[in-house]
Amino acid sequence: MTTLTKQTLSHLDWLESEAIYILREVAGQCSNPVLLFSGGKDSLCILRLAEKAFRPGRFPFPLMHIDTGHNYQEVIDFRDQRAAELGERLIVRSVEDSMKRGSVVLKSADEPRNKHQSVTLLEAIEEFGFDCCIGGARRDEEKARAKERIMSFRDEFGQWDPKNQRPELWNLYNARSHKGENIRAFPISNWTEMDVWQYIEREKLELPSIYFAHTRPIVRRSGAIVPVTPITPAKPGEQVEDLLVRFRTVGDITCTAPVESDADTVSKIVIETATTTITERGATRLDDQTSDASMEQRKKEGYF
Amino acid sequence: MSKIENLPTHNDSLLRFMTCGSVDDGKSTLIGRLLFDTKTILADTLTQITRTSKKRGLDVVDLSLLTDGLQAEREQGITIDVAYRYFSTGTRKYIIADAPGHEQYTRNMVTAASTANLAIILIDARKGVLTQTRRHSFLAHLVGIPHIVVAINKMDLVNYDQTVYDRICADYLAFATEIGLQRDGHDICFIPMSALNGDMLVDRGKSMPWYSGPTMIEILESAPPAHSEQAEQFRFPVQFVCRPQASDDPELHDFRGFMGRIEAGEIGIGDEVTVLPSGLSSRVKAIQIGDEKIPHAITEQSITLLLEDEIDTSRGDMIVKTGQAPEPVKQIEAMLCWLSETPLSTARTYIVRHTTRESKAKVGEISYKVDVNTLEQLPTQGLAMNDIARISFKLAKPLMVDPYAVNRATGAFILIDESTNNTVGAGMIEG
Repeated sequence: MTTLTKQTLSHLDWLESEAIYILREVAGQCSNPVLLFSGGKDSLCILRLAEKAFRPGRFPFPLMHIDTGHNYQEVIDFRDQRAAELGERLIVRSVEDSMKRGSVVLKSADEPRNKHQSVTLLEAIEEFGFDCCIGGARRDEEKARAKERIMSFRDEFGQWDPKNQRPELWNLYNARSHKGENIRAFPISNWTEMDVWQYIEREKLELPSIYFAHTRPIVRRSGAIVPVTPITPAKPGEQVEDLLVRFRTVGDITCTAPVESDADTVSKIVIETATTTITERGATRLDDQTSDASMEQRKKEGYF
Repeated sequence: MSKIENLPTHNDSLLRFMTCGSVDDGKSTLIGRLLFDTKTILADTLTQITRTSKKRGLDVVDLSLLTDGLQAEREQGITIDVAYRYFSTGTRKYIIADAPGHEQYTRNMVTAASTANLAIILIDARKGVLTQTRRHSFLAHLVGIPHIVVAINKMDLVNYDQTVYDRICADYLAFATEIGLQRDGHDICFIPMSALNGDMLVDRGKSMPWYSGPTMIEILESAPPAHSEQAEQFRFPVQFVCRPQASDDPELHDFRGFMGRIEAGEIGIGDEVTVLPSGLSSRVKAIQIGDEKIPHAITEQSITLLLEDEIDTSRGDMIVKTGQAPEPVKQIEAMLCWLSETPLSTARTYIVRHTTRESKAKVGEISYKVDVNTLEQLPTQGLAMNDIARISFKLAKPLMVDPYAVNRATGAFILIDESTNNTVGAGMIEG
């Protein structure tokens, strides 16, 4: 065999190309897909990937946000602005509407609403007849995700069965489903948090301001930094302080905590990500700490 | 090595590899070590698995908890599915496919192998070449992994004795010759190691001065990336056709972009191409990624191709360089791994998915199946889960195939059961 020194792709180019390929497979195999878009950093990367996959054409799918009603306004504004810039259709369905319909019942008024997004998502899937939802989940985020397929099959109740997943070989993705069933497609499965930040840096992507260091009133509660907002007020006796923080992940206000940081540019965040000692979810997701299996449990129930 | 020196750049290369072996071979320890020594395991993850190890009554931290993510796996203390893990050294990003090693998980090994360019086959120095070593090597060979690293682990338990290492290497080479590993261009290298103590992983350690070869991380850092070693013929399966409709831009009225990923070879503007199966030819007018125009594109790049002439082309067609076209075929010979709990039915029709193209298919003949432990060829009427067989299919539509040994992307296919939509078989086309 002759050995050649041929040009090959860098890891970022390879990951980008793989993600574009996955997005195009969704478009080629599914009849009515939708791209879930929250305004968060992972879904902003996917929007850029969709531009590279489909421009100069329109996206072959609308964007959809499942809004818990507990999101930071900066993120919601950014979401709307980005969708308008792209000229793509944005659908918003809200957990609060599900609560009004009675399909979501909270145990208490201040219960985190993240897990209830599943209900609203399934309702929206049924309303629009979507056969595939594209999401920004990554395998490095959480152990249950490490074994999930790139095209992940959900039954008509939206359930994931980890023991009965379709084998996924080469890049031959099988996104077939019967009516009522659903595929969840994860184009950036193979990306790490570092890859995402490097991609944002390279592509000069704009992000909602709360990803960057800013001063915010917080309280310290059992080791975590909890932002003080109208939805999450300080408890009696807690000391409110102004702290320089940023969010590593954005989601429902009641269960997303910021980290102490002075990183106010993407390149500073890349360095901080490289030197951190705590995982993205460990640092910032107050809802994953309950048990080793909490993400797996939520996914089985139709969560993203 | 502090993490900041490991800061990856935008231009790091990428290597996908797999690990073969059972828990007893120290596979989890190996992966755990690689993640730990490259600072991929962070403090909270370590705390969490330490806590879980204690809960399960273990006095050491069980690094397999890092990879066994599912509740069922933790309950049963076994690995039931392929897990993907990531680490980076500052010059290269790695994707590890970690497959369970037991016989009943042949399908998982095949799955993990399908995207790997290198396989680490673990051997317990006390036990030498075992049945499972043969099975793992055969599967790595079958699925066409070009680089094989035979890691003789637990050297600490044989007093780091070089004669033990030499004997196992000789045994393995004899067996590798028997199955044709080297003849078929696989590159094999050997390394003595103690994953537990970290000898020869990232650091050399002091226990094996007699070994002068590279450490595990040096082998990984220097392994050639996929597609870098051979000149390949251009293969571009069409995924999607872009025709912007109702566009305000008059320039886009005639825009017709063929979107896909280059599975092999390279392409430049002006190159003469043929669209298959129609056989019509044209030249490349433009190459784009999104709106950006580029002069030239290489293997594994996702691009949009514009041709000078209007040729009717849709998803499932393949664009190749003129003069390099594979003959469209309506019958294929393949090695097939059966993946489903429902046995293969020779009476039924299945769907073959090959690149972006699908065809209905019926079994022609099953020549034999392979006993993955003895590598004997056995006559058979049917196939059950984890069986591997030489088989032929008759196709309703022609496919543009290359032998798997020449091109993994255009030589591979999956079988889909139309009633359940499940992926039930994985095939590798024989030349």
